[in-house]
Amino acid sequence: MNWFYFASPATFYGLAGRMAPWFFVTAAILAAWGLYLGLGVAPTDAQQGEVYRVIFIHVPTAWMSMFLYFVMACYCGLTLVFNTRLSAMMARAIAPTGALMTFVALWTGSFWGRPTWGTYWVWDARLTSELVLLFLYFGYMALANAFEDPRRGDRASALLAIIGVVNLPIIYFSVQWWNTLHQGSSVSFKGTSMHVTMLTGMLVMSAAAWMYAIGATLVRVRSVILERERRAQWVRNLPEAA
Amino acid sequence: MSGEAVSATTARREQARGSFAGGFSWAMARDLRLAWRHPDEAVLTVAFFALVASLFPLGIGAEPQLLVRIGPGVIWVAALLAAFLALPGLFAADYVDGSLEQMTLSPHPALGWAAGKIAAHWIVSGLPLTLLSPLIGLQYGLAPDTLAIQALSLLVGTPVLSLLGGACAALALGARGGGMLLALLALPLFVPVLIFGAGAAEAQATGLSPAPHLSLLTAGLIAALVGLPWAVGAAVKIAVD
Repeated sequence: MNWFYFASPATFYGLAGRMAPWFFVTAAILAAWGLYLGLGVAPTDAQQGEVYRVIFIHVPTAWMSMFLYFVMACYCGLTLVFNTRLSAMMARAIAPTGALMTFVALWTGSFWGRPTWGTYWVWDARLTSELVLLFLYFGYMALANAFEDPRRGDRASALLAIIGVVNLPIIYFSVQWWNTLHQGSSVSFKGTSMHVTMLTGMLVMSAAAWMYAIGATLVRVRSVILERERRAQWVRNLPEAA
Repeated sequence: MSGEAVSATTARREQARGSFAGGFSWAMARDLRLAWRHPDEAVLTVAFFALVASLFPLGIGAEPQLLVRIGPGVIWVAALLAAFLALPGLFAADYVDGSLEQMTLSPHPALGWAAGKIAAHWIVSGLPLTLLSPLIGLQYGLAPDTLAIQALSLLVGTPVLSLLGGACAALALGARGGGMLLALLALPLFVPVLIFGAGAAEAQATGLSPAPHLSLLTAGLIAALVGLPWAVGAAVKIAVD
């Protein structure tokens, strides 16, 4: 078996098209299940009342915002080291979904903060570093599209994304390193301080966010491939081009 | 071949191979000479710093307690903006006239001359800001010990700004969007430096120890010194490719 068969945009285009709907369907099923668990089954929190239920959106998107940046930076590393075309296209396709996840995490977080902390926004380490992450995504997308030659944009933005990786541990450990208003993590590999249904709901919603992110990335990478390869013969031979 | 001729050939080969130190000293001396012959850029950076710092008391109000409270942060923000505005000068002219391309063709490793250029840039922009900061601090009525910590935090922090900004400036060479794009790339990366730099002076002003902030800032400087000259060299190579 040739492991690099799908590393070519021409072959990956079809594969992505066949896989994307399955990821979206899985995401929809998981989201329905997770929301049912989170909004219907999970008990009311003893301290926060019903407000805490925003956790089922907030935590999965916050996790995805960091994880997607990491995945994007890995593709960027592949771009710089092996000069592969598809990895740069994948990084470009991930960035908008990552920015969306970051924005939703900040947005739901501020709605959660208003009733519990009494304010929409505080300048603590967790919130500030997450905001910096949003700007890193914006900077990456702006730099990737700022050049006439797309290959130049690929390489320049790849290096920027790799420099920005230093922000990830700062976000992740900010609640431990600083005394912040943002609470520490309730979930760890050693165990959890949450009710079982709450945890299940949150993990199911995370899986849904994960499936959605993969599906959205695959759809977007298809249009990036078409745009970049529009002069290639295989694109002209596509049934949808006729 | 006689022994003399052999040693002359090896010497020439040594020279042609290039070295980190050779590239570093050559690029630094060249950029410092250029800055010396056109001093206006360095003067403008410092003037901008003083000007921005004097706008805040006019806009916010000049009560002494308020000024002491905001002084460290305002001085750091003004220094950061001044350092940012000096960034396009680092590579833009050399990129346009082709010198940058010649440097990538030189036998010296990119790490050497990129580090040399950034060192020269810091001496021309970051160092004058550091030296001027106690004077601005006096205008804000900061105590002498706060002034000293402020200058120390700038001394450690501005090289990090030059290194991070240098990498961003090299990445943005020839891009559409110019200064705005550079702001979007560089300013988010400057945020940690600002937090720890201003935090050090502020801790001193409120009677706490500035040591944790300064330690973190120094750790950042060491990490930046190790990693970023390489990134700047790589970014320049991408730009002239």
